[in-house]
Amino acid sequence: MAFTNEQLERYSRHIILKDVGVKGQKKLLEGKVLIIGAGGLGAPAAMYLAAAGVGTIGIADADNVDLSNLQRQVIHTTPDIGKPKVESAKETMQAINPDVNVITYKEFIYSSNIMDIIRDYDFVLDGTDNFPAKFLINDACVMAKIPFCHAGIIRFEGQLMTWVPESDVPCYRCVFKEPPPKDAVPTCRQAGVIGAMAGIIGCLQAMEAIKYLTGAGELLTGKLLIYDALTNDFRKAKIPKDRNCGVCSDNPSITKLIDYEQAACELKK
Amino acid sequence: MKITVSGKEKEYSEGITIKQLIEAENVENPLYVTVTLNDEFIQSSEIETAVIKDGDSIEFLYFMGGGC
Ligand SMILES: [Zn+2]
Repeated sequence: MAFTNEQLERYSRHIILKDVGVKGQKKLLEGKVLIIGAGGLGAPAAMYLAAAGVGTIGIADADNVDLSNLQRQVIHTTPDIGKPKVESAKETMQAINPDVNVITYKEFIYSSNIMDIIRDYDFVLDGTDNFPAKFLINDACVMAKIPFCHAGIIRFEGQLMTWVPESDVPCYRCVFKEPPPKDAVPTCRQAGVIGAMAGIIGCLQAMEAIKYLTGAGELLTGKLLIYDALTNDFRKAKIPKDRNCGVCSDNPSITKLIDYEQAACELKK
Repeated sequence: MKITVSGKEKEYSEGITIKQLIEAENVENPLYVTVTLNDEFIQSSEIETAVIKDGDSIEFLYFMGGGC
């Protein structure tokens, strides 16, 4: 694949980087990233990945844009209210970079459809807002051996970890065995979240995808990155592999995907 | 003794258990927090009995479900 003059100019700030170069930019253009959730985390991730020239970006979300989303979901604008989030996201991404092929999935993910959706992608970003979805994404990616980046945000805090299919890398379920009971842990709808938190953590997810595709640097595996905006603390807590993990251990007890009861902030219907 | 709690050095008296530390640190939703001691998971069955020693490092890992 040869670059056009327009591409050389568009991606010049990437190409000049020693760790990216023409080779890395080519990998981005050939890369396929799926973003599940076109909300607070998915919005900045989708915009930066589109701008970066990730060639194929899938975006999955069943919701429509709501006024209360706009405080943080910067991919959508006021005239988009009422529009499917995936459509609004696609318009913004293609306006940023027409090089990018955006594939939309206007659906919630379940055990019945997730495998078909994730199958064709190199890397998955979890931008969902509920634990049933987070566990489903973890389990599906582990079973399908597709690398992914988990993230969660609430109030002034965020967390992030990456999983790749290597034997010593812990998964989300190694850290958190199963979803908490409904309403046991507050959602961002109940507890609130600073919009910029979604921007910071969503951009970190985009960065993980870019590093994975280009091979630059090291991924956030075996560590949970914890950001506390109030104290400006960015910390990495070391995460061991749970040798008895239900899904990523040698003898997993979970061999079929599970649809846990939905306890999300956005699942109103 | 000096221990490290979520990356910060703190002073606690000898013999404190993980459960007592959880109370002293006002950990939110303690039933749903994952604890590591020196980078190893503490099982929920060990929380009452596991005693923290000088120089130990403890992390509380919280569920964060937001993303919307
Ligand atoms: Zn695991």
